[in-house]
Amino acid sequence: MTDPAPRSLPRDTQLEMQRRMLRIRRFDERASKMVKRGQIPGTVHTSIGQEAQVVGACMALGDTDFMTGNHRSHGHPIGKGAPLGPLMAELVGKSGGVCQGKGGSLHLADFAVGSLGESGIVGGSIPIAVGAGLSSKVLANDRVSLAFFGDGAANQGCLYEGMNMAGVWKLPVIFLCENNQYALSTPAHTVTSGVIADRGSGFGMPGVRVENGQDVLAVHEAVSAAVQRARAGDGPSLVEVITYRYNEHSEGLRLGVDYRNAQEKAQWLARDPIVLFREDLIRRGVAAAEELDALEADVLREVDDAVAFSDQSPYPELSVAFDDLYSDSRFAVHRFRDSSFGTLEAVR
Amino acid sequence: MTVMSYLGAIGAAQKEAMLADERVVIIGEDVEANVYGTTGGAGKSRASEGDFLQQFGRNRIRNTPISEEVIVGAAIGAAMTGLRPIVDLSYSSFLYMAMDQFVNQAAKNRYMFGGQASVPVVFRSAMFYGLNTGAHHSDRPYPMFMNVPGLKIVTPAFPSDAKGLLRTAVDTDDPVLVFEACVLWGSKEEVDEREYRIPFGVGRSVRTGTDATVIAVSGAVPEAVAAADALAPEGISVEVFDPRTLVPLDVEGILDAAARTGRVVVADPAHRTCGAAAEISALISEHVFDALRGPVRRVTTPDVQIPFSPALEKQLYPNRVAIADAVRASLGVAAPTTGRDGDDSTGPDGSGGTPPSGQDAAVATGAAR
Repeated sequence: MTDPAPRSLPRDTQLEMQRRMLRIRRFDERASKMVKRGQIPGTVHTSIGQEAQVVGACMALGDTDFMTGNHRSHGHPIGKGAPLGPLMAELVGKSGGVCQGKGGSLHLADFAVGSLGESGIVGGSIPIAVGAGLSSKVLANDRVSLAFFGDGAANQGCLYEGMNMAGVWKLPVIFLCENNQYALSTPAHTVTSGVIADRGSGFGMPGVRVENGQDVLAVHEAVSAAVQRARAGDGPSLVEVITYRYNEHSEGLRLGVDYRNAQEKAQWLARDPIVLFREDLIRRGVAAAEELDALEADVLREVDDAVAFSDQSPYPELSVAFDDLYSDSRFAVHRFRDSSFGTLEAVR
Repeated sequence: MTVMSYLGAIGAAQKEAMLADERVVIIGEDVEANVYGTTGGAGKSRASEGDFLQQFGRNRIRNTPISEEVIVGAAIGAAMTGLRPIVDLSYSSFLYMAMDQFVNQAAKNRYMFGGQASVPVVFRSAMFYGLNTGAHHSDRPYPMFMNVPGLKIVTPAFPSDAKGLLRTAVDTDDPVLVFEACVLWGSKEEVDEREYRIPFGVGRSVRTGTDATVIAVSGAVPEAVAAADALAPEGISVEVFDPRTLVPLDVEGILDAAARTGRVVVADPAHRTCGAAAEISALISEHVFDALRGPVRRVTTPDVQIPFSPALEKQLYPNRVAIADAVRASLGVAAPTTGRDGDDSTGPDGSGGTPPSGQDAAVATGAAR
């Protein structure tokens, strides 16, 4: 494998990259099991196989930078540094969840790390990221905003409205296309005209394609360039990262047709981003195998702790269903005490 | 006190909000050139004193591309990250272009993220009904948004309310949709030029009366007042109550007003089915049924799209004649046989109101459906 990305990042940063990729992998592996055992209601969409793309992008951002995501939702906040316990509790629907059990897997958000929310609507969070960029511009606070979206969302109109607005206003926004090559079962090339990265030039912004999205440093380098451009006031960028999801679109999904052939899958499995980076770290003498083994064991414990955190967290009280609809009142819809949906008794 | 038009009061409130808080920005199509009349100065010229662009600059007065979805979505995102945008969406019929952002982002983000998100953004739009603009510009879509928990809905009917409610809207940490009726744009009254705020969820008794209550929304309010004026010589005393905000709704105020007379007409320019009038009628029936002396009657726009021709459009909306007829019907009295053709039913838009009678009246109340 060629080695195009610079390998000169601080050692701690590189180890943190591996740690966060492992967190995503082990967290999602555990979540997948819990879905199948009925311990997580509904389903989840894992980022297994896409960890380099997620972490490379997240770690190119600063702590106070903003980020929005999509239904493949756990990797983004984990990649941005969110603690695992409240994320796991959210997947289970517990009161200790990062969204108090009101969002679930599809709608994770951890504002403390700049995660402004994942979105169950394909492409729906892209305009939110543009708005976060607008805030940064108006308030001149030097913050950058990044929108994660898939190859499927690349064909939503709101992306192009957003790219145009961000372009014409020179907003500090990065449009990051996670091209895992399938919109559920639909191969991207069958529904996508031209190359997604090329669409950047139509809006006067750089459009970069990271062919090796399994290399966390390659992704980090491309996104860092976009972040630098954004912070310099030069406006938005489009970065398309080619990657692959190892699991089914969602956990537990059983389709009659296998839309991905075995050879393709095997090729991508052989390019596991976590294995590749581990080998790379050892080869370059950044870390010893034992050290990385210890890191892996550490992350497994973190995931165990996250599940324990979730287990000990109670389910929310029913009254919580009426909280946080509005800022100023639990029952702001109708001010009358006995209105049809103003009291808890009425919905029981 | 100063005499202000409805539109002038909105402009005054926007200017106050811009001066009071640097986080307030105005975003929308054609706001630089003050095309819709709420971002201008004293004169017509862009360079005139007080022009918003000149006063606040392009960083805070943002002319947008025609991209409603990202205008709305970016305003939400900006609100979640420190700004307090006022978005001018011009025509209410254009809100549908951004429906996903209103419903799935604006309304849900605080709730869905467990209270982490604050979404202090105001979306203003004008309902151009009654002005022969045809079906793509004439909608009164507030009931659709009443059906979306998480949004606040404001429908000012007077200049003073428009100013005070808009200031409250900008202060509110939730998404607020302000629906402004163009038929009210030119209406004028004495308005306090100092800063003041009108709380949400507190209706206003516009006119007191003892025989019947008309609960009127938005552009139907002045029509209800005119109907009350027309009924007074017949010895019928009508209270007119304007809820002013539909979410939150002043249910107590509405119920009290309804119970005071026991004869209730609800006048609402929106469509009949699942409209604001439907919700208000249901609340009255649920909660003060015993105080009613007859069925609650609705005067709404019937469930048809808005035709272009003035011959067709005018009589579809709740007007003073239809409202007065509904009040008489609720009291079981007949209309006087003379005087109707002679009464001055000039609409607030300056055109003559066509008094529907007989079959026409049935259409205007939606009862023909």
